[in-house]
Amino acid sequence: MKGRLLPAGIFLVAVAGQVQAADLTISCGAVGAELQLCKSGVERWEAQTGNSVEVVSTPNSATERLSLYQQILNARSSDIDVFQIDVVWPGMLAPHLIDLKEYLPQNATDGFFGAIVDNNTVEGRLVAMPWFTDAGILYYRKDLLEKYDLEVPTTWAELTEAAQTVQAGERDAGQKDFWGYVFQGRAYEGLTVNALEWIASYPDGGTIVDEDGEITVNNPQAVKALSHAAGWINDISPQGVLNYTEEEARGVFQSGNALFMRNWPYAWDLVQSEQSSIRDKVEVAPLPAGGEDGQSAGVLGGWNLAVSRYSDHPDMAADLVAFLASPEEQKRRAIEGAYNPTIEALYQDPEVLAAVPFFGTLYDTFVSAVPRPAAVTGDNYPRVSNAFFNTVHEVLSGRVTADQGLESLEGELERIKRRRW
Amino acid sequence: MTAQESHDTVSNSPRHEKSDGGAAGPAGTPRRERGTRVRRQRVRAAWLFLTPMLIGLLLVAGWPLVRTFWFSLTDASLSSLEGSQFIGLENYLVFDDGWYGILADPLWWQSVWNTIYFALVSVSLEAALGVIVALVLNAHFRGRTLVRAAMLIPWAIPTVVSAKIWAWMLNDQFGIINHLLLGLGLIDAPLSWTADASLSMWAVIIVDVWKATPFVALLVLAALQMLPSDCYEAAKVDGIHPVRVFFRVTLPLITPALLVAVIFRALDALRVFDVIYVLTSNAASTMTMSIYARQQLVEFQDVGYGSAASTLLFMIIALVTVVYLYLGRRQLGGGQ
Repeated sequence: MKGRLLPAGIFLVAVAGQVQAADLTISCGAVGAELQLCKSGVERWEAQTGNSVEVVSTPNSATERLSLYQQILNARSSDIDVFQIDVVWPGMLAPHLIDLKEYLPQNATDGFFGAIVDNNTVEGRLVAMPWFTDAGILYYRKDLLEKYDLEVPTTWAELTEAAQTVQAGERDAGQKDFWGYVFQGRAYEGLTVNALEWIASYPDGGTIVDEDGEITVNNPQAVKALSHAAGWINDISPQGVLNYTEEEARGVFQSGNALFMRNWPYAWDLVQSEQSSIRDKVEVAPLPAGGEDGQSAGVLGGWNLAVSRYSDHPDMAADLVAFLASPEEQKRRAIEGAYNPTIEALYQDPEVLAAVPFFGTLYDTFVSAVPRPAAVTGDNYPRVSNAFFNTVHEVLSGRVTADQGLESLEGELERIKRRRW
Repeated sequence: MTAQESHDTVSNSPRHEKSDGGAAGPAGTPRRERGTRVRRQRVRAAWLFLTPMLIGLLLVAGWPLVRTFWFSLTDASLSSLEGSQFIGLENYLVFDDGWYGILADPLWWQSVWNTIYFALVSVSLEAALGVIVALVLNAHFRGRTLVRAAMLIPWAIPTVVSAKIWAWMLNDQFGIINHLLLGLGLIDAPLSWTADASLSMWAVIIVDVWKATPFVALLVLAALQMLPSDCYEAAKVDGIHPVRVFFRVTLPLITPALLVAVIFRALDALRVFDVIYVLTSNAASTMTMSIYARQQLVEFQDVGYGSAASTLLFMIIALVTVVYLYLGRRQLGGGQ
């Protein structure tokens, strides 16, 4: 019985394989214009090579997306060939990804930001090509700051003050739903990023866990940073911000209901689009510093393209990845969607700078962005990040004070560290 | 979750057989000569019919349950299920310069408390509202069939879909609930239902009550329709107040149906996942045991620890069920 079925099975698989010979599947994000840009990029590759690719969209929340990927990869499923992966995931997902060096020419990463290439190289294997980089930036309403004769804030205290003034003024003028500042406050990875930006902007605020694996989060500066942020809720930020991700924050800002927004560069193209009610009224700046002696700290984000080890067509998938990460494609994405290139030369490209002027002025923010402690905490990063964003969420919602929260967070991180770090 | 449901059935069936056998023993003895052959044949036939189901249950419920319990004693992670090592009860509780393990995790205890709170409040509300709705639907009025059908809509919509609909309705900036409340002058600033820690549990409960009340109402309505009308006629003749009739006649008579509805809802509520996950994600203020277990299993890839959480969840639900059935039986026994 078995003997007779097996050849038939092999025949079926072979036929199915032939029928879908050209079929690849890529998972792209769907935040902002991502999906559309991914599709158009893929179409260009399809036209060039004659292959066909299916684009699947994934959850907007990075935390959700990681869970989904892990389930697919751990099941050794060949359903998705190319994954768009976050900058903090290469270490975690490396065992499931192919070494792109084996499929791409030696000089494939020449001209790319070295730090990101290093980030994506795990035990000598290049597991992902840098696709676009990211750092948190501050969006502000130029027209409103001018109306109230205010400067662009350089510290969080200035931001708070400006937000209070404008919010009060706008509400008196009849815009009842107006708020000073919106950011990503939901209990998810995005809150880790936001809160790390607050903490790292204070002198000696630390970065949750330092490079040697020591837990540094429980310090007076971090307490200060979180207490300050907790004060925003219901003052300059709606309480609903505690359930916002990137797109919810953009929704409020883009409908003209907020003065400041913390977000990634992708939002630029959308707030400046023709449908936007605040077109030409927005500018961007580095995130504020924590006090006079603090520094602006945007957390490093960004996404990479990786090929699954379980893909049936790894060479073809690697070719697609190389195409999407190529200078031409990155330039197109920068111009059409304000996605930060990972190739240094593009930051001097006049066409790119004309489309997204702040790529030039905020260059330092992008290249000196603060990394999350993903490398040092390894497999435990999701756990560390989860403990951190849950604590911050509790502090923001006023259930615990910043010092209580950080103290118990330290204990929690000790527990995690003890299990496996 | 199916495992737990099915397990209840499994644990029920042997008990039934035992009590069957117990009753048959003394009753069967005097008429042994006549009964044994037929009886033995019947028992054999019964087992024959039961076997496929038992095997099926063992495969789909027993095996995952045993496997989960086994994993809870290892350090398995999702990426290396095979290479896991036996670590005893370390996932549950271990002393090593301080207590570690689930039983020492404050977040676990908070999720236990959240779950119990959610179950108690939502099921009580659903039971009370369900009875009221059923009484209304039991009355004769025009368009009753239409209302009965319409009432089932919340129960018919998949939870994930209805939770998402509610998430939009409860949105702090654009939600219709806030719009209505503001319009009615009940609040003067929009409430952030799903973000405010003090409101989010209530938001979740409201959505769950909206969804599950029809289920309770349906079961109670079925019971109401079977009630004998002579009691009511007698009560009418005697001129007894309807409220008194309800508490003295109707409620005791529908109690068995209500108890069934409540146990179903309580089991659902104790393992609640989807409605909360869609509305408030992983937030600690509404985290339940299921969400905690999922987080460990999926997000942290820690199959060992997550399995330990699932095992505890299973044991807590089993315990609640046993206690409830015991109390329910005693109460029923007293009533009879």
